[in-house]
Amino acid sequence: MEKTPNNKAWLLVIPVFVIVAFSAIIPLMTVVNYSVQDIFGPGERYFVGVEWFKETLSDRRLHDALWRQFLFSGLVLLIEIPLGVMIALAMPKRGWGVSVSLVLLALPLLIPWNVIGTIWIIFTRPDIGLFGVAINGLGIDFDHTASPLDAWVTVMLMEVWHWTPLVVLLAYAGLQAIPEAYFQAARIDGASAWATFRYIQLPKMRGVLTIAVLLRFMDSFLIYAEPFVLTGGGPGNSTTFLSIHLVKLAVGQFDLGPAAAFSIIYFLIVLLFSWMFYQALQRVGTGEK
Amino acid sequence: MAQIDLKDLAHSYASRPQSDADYALKRLDMIWQDSGAYALLGPSGCGKTTMLNIISGLLRPSQGRVVFDGRDVTDLSPQDRNIAQVFQFPVIYDTMTVFDNLAFPLRNRGVNEGEARKRVEEVAEMLELSDDLRRRAAGLTADAKQKISLGRGLVRSDVAAILFDEPLTVINPHMKWLLRRKLKQVHEQFQITLIYVTHDQNEALTFAEQVVVMHEGQVVQTGTPQELFEKPAHTFVAYFIGSPGMNLLPCRLDGGAVVIDGEHIALADGLGARAERAGGELQLGIRPEFLKLHATQVEQGIPVRVKLVEDLGNYKMVTVRLGERTLQAKVPEDEEVGGEQAWLVFPPEWLRLYVDGHLVE
Repeated sequence: MEKTPNNKAWLLVIPVFVIVAFSAIIPLMTVVNYSVQDIFGPGERYFVGVEWFKETLSDRRLHDALWRQFLFSGLVLLIEIPLGVMIALAMPKRGWGVSVSLVLLALPLLIPWNVIGTIWIIFTRPDIGLFGVAINGLGIDFDHTASPLDAWVTVMLMEVWHWTPLVVLLAYAGLQAIPEAYFQAARIDGASAWATFRYIQLPKMRGVLTIAVLLRFMDSFLIYAEPFVLTGGGPGNSTTFLSIHLVKLAVGQFDLGPAAAFSIIYFLIVLLFSWMFYQALQRVGTGEK
Repeated sequence: MAQIDLKDLAHSYASRPQSDADYALKRLDMIWQDSGAYALLGPSGCGKTTMLNIISGLLRPSQGRVVFDGRDVTDLSPQDRNIAQVFQFPVIYDTMTVFDNLAFPLRNRGVNEGEARKRVEEVAEMLELSDDLRRRAAGLTADAKQKISLGRGLVRSDVAAILFDEPLTVINPHMKWLLRRKLKQVHEQFQITLIYVTHDQNEALTFAEQVVVMHEGQVVQTGTPQELFEKPAHTFVAYFIGSPGMNLLPCRLDGGAVVIDGEHIALADGLGARAERAGGELQLGIRPEFLKLHATQVEQGIPVRVKLVEDLGNYKMVTVRLGERTLQAKVPEDEEVGGEQAWLVFPPEWLRLYVDGHLVE
């Protein structure tokens, strides 16, 4: 077919460019701008090249926060994705039970994030919190303000409680979209419950689970409000995740240059890992290498 | 391979059915002969899929028993009944190869790998899937996927019957014809009981030895394609089978003839008397194929007005008015049909009488 050159197509693309420019590119460029300058005050700035990047990359505290962050996001994915799928499988398929369970599941998602932190502070207090009193009553010494392990357990519990419902909702939507004939065929073929899950439900959930993994990875990697409210990054630095460290650097110490360099590295890590997850999940089970 | 008996069967999707209308399948008794090729024909919503799912065990009937070769299987699950079913939309296991798809029912039943391989290769050969065995099933065309669904039924040597629920809906016309032939071939080779649900009469009539016609949850007739065409047991069959369906005209009796709008039409000997005994609302039925149309007055000819002549290439479809009634007649291509007036001959041997919708034998 003959192609006619037509520059009008640009008009159709421009609105997207404008929106993306204001929502992403321009803010990002200001950060890039900060990351290569040393700023003393308005009008008083010096170009320093990649100095801040070098300094940031060799920062011990940042390394520690990064490993902590990987451990945290890894645990989040390992717990929330299988747990979410299991709950979705156990949910009722029809009837009044559907709306009841959906509403119950959606509740944690409706609570403001800093309120979540506050809820869990009170919930786990050893003197008055339901969880804190109960577990100490069992003879286990539990205090998230004193023990790094207890702090981690509390943050993980809070995170799982808060965000597993999202995975459940996505997985449930994926399950409900599978035509009835697949299950009928599986029954006729004599497939066990496990085989039905492995060869029908799991492959058919690939799309929604890809989204669930990406969302949970990005969100947990960027987590700030809940642990900040709950533990403030402590005890010591044991729950200081990347974003908490970043805020201390940028707002606490007003080191805009290093903080900007740090932000860019942070952004690139999230981008890289999201891309890797996406590629991996697109290919799994399709026989492509 | 089995004979399937349905005894005193009925099904309702309502939990507490109140009246007859609540039943998707009204009370029936039926026998599907071993190694027969049946078509279950009827319009959408007449209960054919319900019947099929009851036979396969996907659905438990509200009442009655399902018996395979004398064994009551009503309470057995589909896998314990050894039945295969092919659905309207091809069901394949996306992540598996064609080979694994075909081997799946065997592996689930613990058949050893060597035996499974032999069966799969045999069936793949038969269905012309041998070249695709190593390929992923997800990338294949709709008809190849449907062949895989069929193959999953065929690999099990002990399968009692294969049920088809409108399996050719998503297949393109050329492939439909090939797949239908394949089915016939499979039937001849394996002698398995086949039950084929469809709402397409062509599909039913070309595929099956016996056609079961359903209407509003009831089986209205079971017979060969010829029987359904020549002696429809019910006005629904008369109208549903054939293209166009049978002409059905309200009439009254007058001795050995019927009267339609003042015109007398002679019946075969004794038919009038039998209809008289049956009593009830009377209809005269005749297929458009058996009506004879003449341009000039003939003996026994009933005068009619010609409304429309459609030339369909190998025959003409003529729509005529007899008083207040409309009829259609199929006339040979070379027959001259001209002018307003024509004379219609009703051959007595092809006339059928229906009392309250049911054929007078």
